Amino acid sequence: MPTVIVDDQEIEIGADERLNCIEAARRAGVEIPHYCWHPGLSVVASCRMCLIQAGTRNAETGEVSMIPKLVPGCQTPVKDGTVIVTDSEAVQESRARVEEALLIDHPIDCPICDKAGECLLQDYHFEHGQSERRADIHAFSSRRRDVGPTVTLFVDRCIMCTRCVRFTREVSGTAELMVSARGAKEEIDTFPGFPLDNKLAGNVVDLCPVGALGDKDFLYQQRVWFLKKTENVCGGCAAGCSIVTEHNQDTVYRLKPRENLHVNKWWMCDEGRYGWHHLHNATRILEISHRTNEDSQTIEWADVLRRLPTDLTDAGRLGVAVSPMLTVEEAWMLCSVARTIDPEAYLAVGHVPSTGADESFPGGFTIRGEKAPNRIGVETVLSMFGAVSEGGTVPGWNDFLEQVRAKTIQSAWVTAGYPTPEASWCDEATAATFEGLNCLVVQDLFESPLSSRATWCLPAVGFAERSGTWVNCGHRAQTFEQAIRPPAGVWPEGRFFWNLLGRGGLYDPESIRKQIAESSASFAVLSGDVPSTGLDLRLQQVAVT
Amino acid sequence: MSSFDTFEPVLLEAAGIDDGHTIESYRSRGGYAPLEKLLSEKQPPEVVEMVKSSGLRGRGGAGFMTGLKWTFLPKDHPGPIYLCVNADESEPGTFNNRILMEDDPHQVLEGTIISAYATRASTAYIYLRYEYPKSWDILQKAIDEAYAAGFLGENIKGSGFSLDIYLHRGAAAYICGEETGLIESLEGKRAWPRIKPPFPAIEGVFRKPTVVNNIETMACVAQIARRGVDWFRSIGIPADPNNPRDPGSYGPKLYCLSGHVEKPGCYEAPLGITARELIDRFGGGVWKGRQAKAVIPGGISMGLMTEDELDTPLDFAGPGTVGCLGLGTAAVVVVDETVSIVDFLHNSCRFFAHESCGQCTPCREGTSWSLRMLERIRAGKGRLRDLDLLAEIGDTMGMMPGSTICGLADGAAWPIKNSIAKFRDEFEDYIKQTNPTGYMETDPVPALPIVTTH
Repeated sequence: MPTVIVDDQEIEIGADERLNCIEAARRAGVEIPHYCWHPGLSVVASCRMCLIQAGTRNAETGEVSMIPKLVPGCQTPVKDGTVIVTDSEAVQESRARVEEALLIDHPIDCPICDKAGECLLQDYHFEHGQSERRADIHAFSSRRRDVGPTVTLFVDRCIMCTRCVRFTREVSGTAELMVSARGAKEEIDTFPGFPLDNKLAGNVVDLCPVGALGDKDFLYQQRVWFLKKTENVCGGCAAGCSIVTEHNQDTVYRLKPRENLHVNKWWMCDEGRYGWHHLHNATRILEISHRTNEDSQTIEWADVLRRLPTDLTDAGRLGVAVSPMLTVEEAWMLCSVARTIDPEAYLAVGHVPSTGADESFPGGFTIRGEKAPNRIGVETVLSMFGAVSEGGTVPGWNDFLEQVRAKTIQSAWVTAGYPTPEASWCDEATAATFEGLNCLVVQDLFESPLSSRATWCLPAVGFAERSGTWVNCGHRAQTFEQAIRPPAGVWPEGRFFWNLLGRGGLYDPESIRKQIAESSASFAVLSGDVPSTGLDLRLQQVAVT
Repeated sequence: MSSFDTFEPVLLEAAGIDDGHTIESYRSRGGYAPLEKLLSEKQPPEVVEMVKSSGLRGRGGAGFMTGLKWTFLPKDHPGPIYLCVNADESEPGTFNNRILMEDDPHQVLEGTIISAYATRASTAYIYLRYEYPKSWDILQKAIDEAYAAGFLGENIKGSGFSLDIYLHRGAAAYICGEETGLIESLEGKRAWPRIKPPFPAIEGVFRKPTVVNNIETMACVAQIARRGVDWFRSIGIPADPNNPRDPGSYGPKLYCLSGHVEKPGCYEAPLGITARELIDRFGGGVWKGRQAKAVIPGGISMGLMTEDELDTPLDFAGPGTVGCLGLGTAAVVVVDETVSIVDFLHNSCRFFAHESCGQCTPCREGTSWSLRMLERIRAGKGRLRDLDLLAEIGDTMGMMPGSTICGLADGAAWPIKNSIAKFRDEFEDYIKQTNPTGYMETDPVPALPIVTTH
């Protein structure tokens, strides 16, 4: 195995790995500060913050010959015998000078800057900068201009790393951003009439190592040090991007992509990024309602637990639409509950919203047209329960509607939870077909023609309020934790089904997951710990068989 | 040096001849015949060997061995290979490329065709500085004439070798003279120099192997083909036998003499003429009977020589012995004793702050910081400690310390560090006189108020 020596510490790298000095040093636990380099973008080596000393150790004599000048760590590949020195006086002086140079034209308006607290310029200055300012240059301002509908630019905070420019050229392929002017007067800008307006635009804000690019959706909403971070999965489409939900006091403030080379690399789309606002939408269904409850008394969840199974048992054959917004664990519990109530219960996948074709970008990122995070997971659960039609496919929403129209089921339990308050997922005509049923249970986030016809209308929860496992379009299962508590009086579906199953104590998705993994070969790999980047169900099955 | 008395200009042989820029004039002087002979008699590797053995070093500034550069091209490459001729002559004080292009464009073209043949390039680009409209006209006419005479195009003179030359006009940026900046600009991009490796010989224009040579180098190649390797090696300063890394400085060189001399102009002399000889013999001495205070040996980015250092030979090794960066473009600018060195350095810093491409942090901020410091010194608010800061910027900025991608920052740093090192007394006097109460100030800079908020 090739050996790299980082500050006298020997580490081994893979024989076929192509690493630069920054990545190799990271393996040894040594941080080489850098601004312009990003693993997902081309190397420009222009910020000069990652300058280090590098050399080669002769394999036979053990003699080390160093390159006489400093070299950029991002641009220098490592191979067997590469020697990296990151803590010498020359390297430290160089870092201090780059920090000093970057701050010459920087407004240092940290108290009013949204980036303060997660700013690389701040962090590196504390670690590598000088305590004394030697430049008394008086050009301080904090000019702000919008570069697009969602992104604003604080011109003088920019350190010209050009990550954002490269992103729009290499990943989104839209090339809206450019560098204008020259030397110390240069600025990031757009061409007149061509604003930064693409479906990945929000990523430039994440890429910005300083406070130059601001997300208007998050601007001045919250100091970053108040935010708690929960690893989550985006529920916006079937891609299932790994994200971090940043929240405080049960309010989500922003979503950020989380590195997952199997799914979304380092990016997420704007639809997903701003797709949390529905959680705090004022029109959400927050209370349990029952059609016969004419005096509008508050119904407690305990009442539902007691009355709902009886209602459904009395109503005749049960049909359950299992929403692709539910987690694998919730879907499994729902099916178990349904089969307890009615062993002949008809099970189908709920409505799968779609906007048409997938949309791919040059950087290898795809926004899926299927706007549900867990269709494959739910289908796999349903096939565990034998809900497979003659053609070998799992019945879907249209099959379910067929059953309703044909009156082969007399009661229906429709789980929904679609994050679209502005346009209902179910139209009048579809909802009308449910009118002849003896009992209709609807669990949803927002009112719809269907919920207005429901015998029982129960509140559902959104993606950040649940925990469990989703299986994305590439059969990758990712588990995630609940980020925020749902509004008062709302139970996540998992907790409700858990109680319907008569289990005691707090809802524990892990125990359910283990149970599923034991009883199904498809989910067998979920029996152990699931890494934060998830597991591919298909690959693991091949390995098992 | 006696050789000067018998030295006949060859690169400038057309200067002063009527219609010297036409193909008829060039052919009557023996032009293009060497090309025809070479195409029929020599294989490309032999031409490379010829240029290599002549000891020709690039005339663009860095002085790299031209023949050696050509050998860095990958062997048996399926092509295309490109030749870029750098005519983006932007170094302050330099105008020899312009003279060559305007007075004897066919000499340049013949050298280009020979170089393309040697490097197996089928396309050559001449990247011309925007500010040279006359060169553009003359060179384009010369290219048309060469096509008409069959020296360009398909199957040149039945040799099977084909070449197209395109004249590309830049948009007036100093950085486009840096070879990879030139390549980016030629590709239609912002001229931000590329990181190396890969070097252009491996991956240049349109990601294909590329050679970048200067206009004057091309003219030298034409003369080597015409007059032979031995002729070329008989001129100039031979390699220092005690220094194995010195390849010598052979051949004639065009010196651009300007500034405070009686007769400024572009003069051809053997490499190795001293600055004093150049000024006295060709320039008619420092003007108005004054003394020289400082002389720029080869464009402003090479630094400064003092009056005492004027006997330094202006070959590739000479200026380095007195602390200058090198010979550069051999643009000798004379500064007389009446000029304030503070003003001189301010002007130099203003140029580099304006021309820094802004890619690397140390150059972008260093050039602008040094300019602003000099502006403050000239405004009567200088402090002695500013000189230390300037010297530090000069020492740490550039490709040589490793803090930048290209050499522009070295060029900006050399005038700063030479001026401070060689004229520090004058700077100190200036600061003490213009800021008598505050020149000793060493306190840290107080926190500055924010001028505007949004």
